[in-house]
Amino acid sequence: MYELKYHKPASLSDAAKALSGAEEGKILSGGQTLLPTMKQHLAAPTDLVDVRAIQEMSGICAGDGTVSVGAATPHVDVAGNADVRAHIPALGLLADGIGDPAVRAVGTIGGSIANNDPAADYPAAVLGLGATVVTNAREIPADAFFQGMFTTALDEDEIVTAVRFPVPARAGYAKFPNPASRYAMVGVFVAETGDGVRVAVTGAGEDGVYRDAELEAALGSDFSSAAVDGVASDPRGMLDDIHASAVYRAHLVNVMAKRAVTAATE
Amino acid sequence: MSNVKMTVNGTTVTRDVADNTLLSDFLREHLRLTGTHVGCDTSQCGTCVVHVDGRAIKSCTALAAALDGSDITTIEGIKDGAELHPMQAAFKTHHGLQCGFCTPGMIMSGIDIVNRYREEGKELTEAAIRHELEGNICRCTGYHNIVKAIGEAAGNMSDLAKAAE
Amino acid sequence: MSEGIGARVARKEDKRFITGKGKYTDDIRMENQAYAAFVRSPHAHARVTGIDTAAAEAMDGVIAVHTGPELKADGIGDIITGWAITSKDGTPMQCGVWNPMVTEYARYVGDAVAVVIAETQALARVAAESVDVSYEELPATVFADRALDTGAPQVHANVPGNLIFNWEIGDEARTGAAIEGAHHVTELNITNNRLSPNALEPRSAVTVYDEAEEHYTLYSTSQNPHVARLVLSAFYQVAPEHKLRVIAPDVGGGFGSKIYIYPEEITCLWASMKTGRSIKWTSDRSEAFMTDAHGRDHVTTAKMGFDENGKIVGFHVDTIANIGAYVSLFATATPTYLYGTLWSGTYDIPAIYGTVRAVHTNTAPVDAYRGAGRPEATYMIERMMETAAREMGMDPAELRRRNFITEFPYQTQVLLQYDSGDYHTLLDMAQKAAEIDGFPERKAEAAARGMLRGIGYSTFVEACGLAPSAAAGSLGAGVGLWESAEVRVNPVGTIEILTGCHSHGQGHETTFAQLVADRFGLPIENVSILHGDTDKVQFGMGTYGSRSGPVGMSAVMLALEKVEEKAKKIAAHVLEASEDDIVIEGGEVKVAGTDKAMAWHELGLAAYTGHNLPEGMEPGLKETSFFDPVNFSFPSGALICEVEVDPETGVTEIIQFTAADDFGVIVNPMIVEGQVHGGLTQGIGQAMCEGVVYDGDGQLVTGSYMDYQMPRASDVPSYTVRHGSTPSPDNPLGIKGCGEAGAIGAPPAVINAIVDAIGTQDLQMPATPLAVWQALQTVSARQAAE
Repeated sequence: MYELKYHKPASLSDAAKALSGAEEGKILSGGQTLLPTMKQHLAAPTDLVDVRAIQEMSGICAGDGTVSVGAATPHVDVAGNADVRAHIPALGLLADGIGDPAVRAVGTIGGSIANNDPAADYPAAVLGLGATVVTNAREIPADAFFQGMFTTALDEDEIVTAVRFPVPARAGYAKFPNPASRYAMVGVFVAETGDGVRVAVTGAGEDGVYRDAELEAALGSDFSSAAVDGVASDPRGMLDDIHASAVYRAHLVNVMAKRAVTAATE
Repeated sequence: MSNVKMTVNGTTVTRDVADNTLLSDFLREHLRLTGTHVGCDTSQCGTCVVHVDGRAIKSCTALAAALDGSDITTIEGIKDGAELHPMQAAFKTHHGLQCGFCTPGMIMSGIDIVNRYREEGKELTEAAIRHELEGNICRCTGYHNIVKAIGEAAGNMSDLAKAAE
Repeated sequence: MSEGIGARVARKEDKRFITGKGKYTDDIRMENQAYAAFVRSPHAHARVTGIDTAAAEAMDGVIAVHTGPELKADGIGDIITGWAITSKDGTPMQCGVWNPMVTEYARYVGDAVAVVIAETQALARVAAESVDVSYEELPATVFADRALDTGAPQVHANVPGNLIFNWEIGDEARTGAAIEGAHHVTELNITNNRLSPNALEPRSAVTVYDEAEEHYTLYSTSQNPHVARLVLSAFYQVAPEHKLRVIAPDVGGGFGSKIYIYPEEITCLWASMKTGRSIKWTSDRSEAFMTDAHGRDHVTTAKMGFDENGKIVGFHVDTIANIGAYVSLFATATPTYLYGTLWSGTYDIPAIYGTVRAVHTNTAPVDAYRGAGRPEATYMIERMMETAAREMGMDPAELRRRNFITEFPYQTQVLLQYDSGDYHTLLDMAQKAAEIDGFPERKAEAAARGMLRGIGYSTFVEACGLAPSAAAGSLGAGVGLWESAEVRVNPVGTIEILTGCHSHGQGHETTFAQLVADRFGLPIENVSILHGDTDKVQFGMGTYGSRSGPVGMSAVMLALEKVEEKAKKIAAHVLEASEDDIVIEGGEVKVAGTDKAMAWHELGLAAYTGHNLPEGMEPGLKETSFFDPVNFSFPSGALICEVEVDPETGVTEIIQFTAADDFGVIVNPMIVEGQVHGGLTQGIGQAMCEGVVYDGDGQLVTGSYMDYQMPRASDVPSYTVRHGSTPSPDNPLGIKGCGEAGAIGAPPAVINAIVDAIGTQDLQMPATPLAVWQALQTVSARQAAE
């Protein structure tokens, strides 16, 4: 790892200051993706701004039909949280399936979405539930937040502070892990929300997480796994690598969609 | 440079470290606690697992500077005096190790698994142990005896916990 | 409780490992230690046109930057191979030259181009990025089955057509005729996938140079430190043997990959002398994927002919073996004498012939990996048998039984003479343990859930403890294949055993001590095993090829016999009895039928005080033995794998895996079972998970655990293991060797089971979900067309 300066601000404003004062600053939230990247010299920030000491960025609260998760909340805390389990159990199950136990103890939702890693799980929930990404500057609807692989609507030095999930009528998530890395090779989040049925797919698309309009239409008229059978997912635009061809990924999108619906309706 | 103060295996340690120092390097190179190993660059092998404030984490994917004030337990710190921890004892009894390189991480993960399942009141089945070992790779044992060892230690640890109550 | 042969004794060595006190190479820190990092070629094939080290050398804390031509100028030799193969036309093999660091051409991604020595590891790595190497990129040859194409890029100018050798074994004419006249012929194209060994401890070296003594010390992750010293001395000219000490401390797994002497050790030893600094180099996992010798990588076409009763009449094999950019230490023996000689498998085959063409490619060197040649042979034969059974409408187990060898010794058509075995009994045991009769019911139950169940067999015989030395020498081996042991009885009666074998997970510190417990009735706590240090142990060949039991332990037994002989002479003298009446048991030396006895420690003391020894006897009690077996040993086994495939996703779950093995005499069943579990998992890994992938340009796609799938706990089941036993007649213990069996036998059992489940033979390893799903699509397409 290259040399760097480490900051651990106690407030959002200090964090913002540290970032803006850095030559190339990066937010350290859990570091489970960032640190391995830095170890391999694939990223070389001059400054790391650790947001885990900022109180308002940690923890989970529920109310007004939403569950809000602080950006620096580790996955294990989301998985075990009573509000999450009561209101959006699919979100808890998703968090409980990220990486492995040691990664879940440290990795956070903020880190997971801010990078728009195409193989991360959380983007599927954020987009699938139509959540709102709260930053130190504004609120960004999920539909506007993810803008392609490793690209988001975040401005330079903008800090994600929380994600506010609307409580759905029902929701489910099913993931097919990459056999080697165990990251999502195809992850499908389905939800019946106030805005109708939403289906978000992570791991599969060349542009990162996306909503699947055809699946949404099919499930909108019949929220059952049988409804998915009528949809033929399109391999165009799918990632293609040694673990999964585009055709296989497209097929798995349907299989995982069915399993997510089954999970949601059980 | 950062000045970090931690409790490591019950002892307070204070060191000046470069900000890019990984916890695994801090333990191995600064404290010379070489029982914590490093077997990959991508946070997957689990040979580096230690406990930080009661949770198992991968020490190769954490900065020492970020853990100022933490309570850290490594493989060197789990014995009770001369007495092996039940997890250590079970690994020996069941031949849960061969070359020994993954073993510290396996044992630290094993203890964490048993503790979490006990706290949550969940049954630790063979399938659950295998699932929970997602982040620990062993190339020698084929996992068979590791799974057996963790299963047995779970029983012994819960007996101990009951006795302590 | 007995601690002797056959006892399930917990390991003596465990305590240091479970308490974090193991001492691996990277745990060592010398005074005045600097760190090395290598600059590696990013290209599969390129000419190095310039190396600018100025920027790196100018960095604060950088001690030196060295390149290949400097090593060469200092007389450091090229890396050698240990086994010369002769082509079928009588010509010697042609190998490319392997310089420890590139002198002109880089020939694979990861080839070492320069080394940076710096004050810290982090700095060495950063500085290595500042070494500016100019490359002229060249076209690359990557795949085994393209290396011999007309016009394929030449990896080495002195190896025309990239062909290292074209080796043959068996009788071509007789085999051709037998297949020609066969009632049924099965033909298959078989790929044996390329693997990365992935010992969890990455390779590491710490080198020390003592200028006053002109003496070098190498701490190394080695399976065979004596061979390392021999080669470093005799061929690489680093230092004469008496000025070079090699220590292999605790080593975190080897699986073959730590047999070889790599460029890094050579370079760091030399750089220690140049810089006057102790130097540590530790590979990271990415470097390991690039530079640790890979395993397997064969493409084969095989034909097997059968008569109308399902009896094999002939077997023909044509293999291309990928050796990689350079010919590593055992690379030429693996696809020839460890492969072709096993083509008879467990079957009585009257005519066998085949050729192996070994080729250079612009990929990492390929060498022996757990099983080495025997997994490749077994996979091919057992896939043939399974396929043939299906084609002929026979039960696969029955087809095997009709062809099993039943009388021993059995002379195969491919050099080896099997000494013993009982293949029918092993298959019986496996079938019983796997509850084979209930399979149809289980298959129907799975089908009701929409799942595809399959069952697959594999039977195998392998050859361990490569021997005897003279025979190996006549076939081209560069070393002997005996093993040494020294037994030192101390004056207080405790015992040290010095062995040339090296334990890196195998449990020698326990099992070798069990031999003493068995012979003298002493507790294993009173016995220490010393290994892995050329200053302590005189010479030995190390641990690989499942040889430590049959060869290494046999050497210990012979030395113990000599100790016993002398001990009896001393006791007879002291106790005033006849030597023939002395017995040693329970830690006592007794006169049979009397109450006259002396404690073992009293005997030790008598030997060393020398106060009362037989006339003319030298004092002391220490004996040495060199054991050179008369033949290989031949472990065998029958394996049954039961799988369930999810047709929606192509995911395969192993429901049950049964292995019935014959390892002859077993010293510690617990440790042997551990070896079986580990081997099976590596075999399952090869079958379902693992595969090194290079792209067409020779870039390594599977460069980390993100892309190379290691088998994890949830990928494998708990195993059902059974033991049969026909002791080996060719070593004093009757041991056959167990380390590689699982990795040899498992892959075909897995693939045969999946093939059974999905209904097509068109499946190559690794059978990942993608591969199985794609195979299922061809089945659906075929069914739709019908």
